[in-house]
Amino acid sequence: MVDTAQTQLEAGQQQRARSLPESVFAWLLIGPAMLFIAVIVAWPLAETIRLSFMEADLGGEQYVGLANYADLMDSRKFHQTIVRTFYWMFLSVSLKLILGLIGATLLNAAVPGRALFRVLVMPPWIIPIAIGCIGWLWLYNGYFGVLSGTMMQLGITDGPFEFLAHKQSAFYSAVVTDVWVGTPMVTLFFLAAMQGVPRDLYEAAYVDGASRWYRFRRITIPQIMPVIVSMSLLSAIFTFNSFEIIWILTEGGPRSATTTLIVDTYKTAISNFKFGEGSARAVVIVILLGTFSLIYLFFLNKVNKHYGSGKK
Amino acid sequence: MMDRYSKLQMVGIYFAITIFLIFILLPFFEMFMASLRPLEHLFRSPYQFWSDDFSFQAYRDMWVTVPLLGRYILNSIFIAGVVTGLTMIFVVPAAYAYARLEFPFKNLTLGIFLGVNMFTGAVLLIPLYRVLRTMGLLNTYWSMIVPGVAFLIPTGIWLLRSYLEKIPRELEEAAFVDGASRMYTLRRVVLPLAVPGLIVVGVAVFIGAYAQQFLFAITFNQQRELQPLPAGLFEFIGYQDVTWNQMMAAALVGVLPVMIIFLFLQKYLVAGLTAGAVKE
Repeated sequence: MVDTAQTQLEAGQQQRARSLPESVFAWLLIGPAMLFIAVIVAWPLAETIRLSFMEADLGGEQYVGLANYADLMDSRKFHQTIVRTFYWMFLSVSLKLILGLIGATLLNAAVPGRALFRVLVMPPWIIPIAIGCIGWLWLYNGYFGVLSGTMMQLGITDGPFEFLAHKQSAFYSAVVTDVWVGTPMVTLFFLAAMQGVPRDLYEAAYVDGASRWYRFRRITIPQIMPVIVSMSLLSAIFTFNSFEIIWILTEGGPRSATTTLIVDTYKTAISNFKFGEGSARAVVIVILLGTFSLIYLFFLNKVNKHYGSGKK
Repeated sequence: MMDRYSKLQMVGIYFAITIFLIFILLPFFEMFMASLRPLEHLFRSPYQFWSDDFSFQAYRDMWVTVPLLGRYILNSIFIAGVVTGLTMIFVVPAAYAYARLEFPFKNLTLGIFLGVNMFTGAVLLIPLYRVLRTMGLLNTYWSMIVPGVAFLIPTGIWLLRSYLEKIPRELEEAAFVDGASRMYTLRRVVLPLAVPGLIVVGVAVFIGAYAQQFLFAITFNQQRELQPLPAGLFEFIGYQDVTWNQMMAAALVGVLPVMIIFLFLQKYLVAGLTAGAVKE
């Protein structure tokens, strides 16, 4: 008797729980994450926007209106930084995508040992970025590094060559390290996407006598296109904001050759305690990345529609 | 037949893989060689690739030079572990809501979450410092955990959502017809089915948390014994001399535990990404 009553009671409770409206339940589920983000990201962001209208340092704050932004607009150095940042992003992302595509294709090839190769590609992604950079710092060193050492042995350079001491070589060295850090993740995602391509597509093409290159161009690339496009956006955002690599290798030098927007922001706000000016730079980053992402998402929608997988 | 390669093609593939792996592994090789090199070798000219007095001495000395080294290694894993656990607690319900439920502002809120990806800690460092100070979290483990969680939630939701969408709806509907509550369905029907996806997302979040501790650690934490490995390593740069060889040795030994964990999990990672996360 008691049991039945108990069951009925539970059933009733469940009935009521079940009738919890879908939208309320959904908000209960996303609520905690939303709240967390609001406190740790949205609040500081609002604070950054507020500070960008202030002359602020360790001493205090004073409202200056748009003066910080006006200074940036007039600064030739800042314009150069923006151009440099986009150059940095396009160069590094392109290399990551190309290497990722080549790497994934190689690791997808049915050759003995590929399980081992897949493991060996991962370390730069897994280890802390700062630790990988210590390795590169050493590689680029003129006296200790194997690169300069080899160049000296081969007679390419007379003395030690410091990769990070010259404007051009420092910039491209930082790009190489950034590509090194970012490539494994891109490779892994491309590889996963390639393995998701239905085999019968390849078989049908093979029966029709399509060459390997033709199959790659006409089947693999279109099939994984949505992943290529979404990975390139993600990678672009990471690269734009890539801070630790540049900071550890060069701190933005020599003579600003590797100073991207994020490094400039950090230098201004944290190293020089100019909170207001630094915040204005941070806001510029958010605006630039936001605009870039919106344009990109528009493009992404088109690609998805074009390749017929745009239902999500 | 389709997958057969000619001898020449095989040679080409292995050659290309070798080049690719040299690029990926060169810094590790260089760090290893540097760890064997006695300090007084550094400025020896001409450059020597190898000499007879290379030794593993640094692997012994490093524990003496930086006595807290073991602690740093554990701190790194501990912080990344707690970040992963907390992130998953926030991510799982939210990802389910985005994968299955219809509600007002669904796309807008999802857009906001993904927008968070656009910021890194470096952009928000000053106000973040103030927020953490207000909460009294500076110089505690939490000062490194809390921002880590916030910046990993969006990626977690994005990855897990596409995985959950792959789980057939019929099972949930069956549970529903049987009178199970929404929460019960989520806990007892969806989650068990999602375990492979949870592992993939969990590993990805852990890697993210492990890789990006440096900035938060040097900015929000002054307590030496709480530092993670990437920050602790810089203690080898002393006032008088830099014990480079020990620093390299410590870096390599320090990442070893996570490398080993990853070795066991990587199979699931590749398989899981294939099954869910990226296949649109």
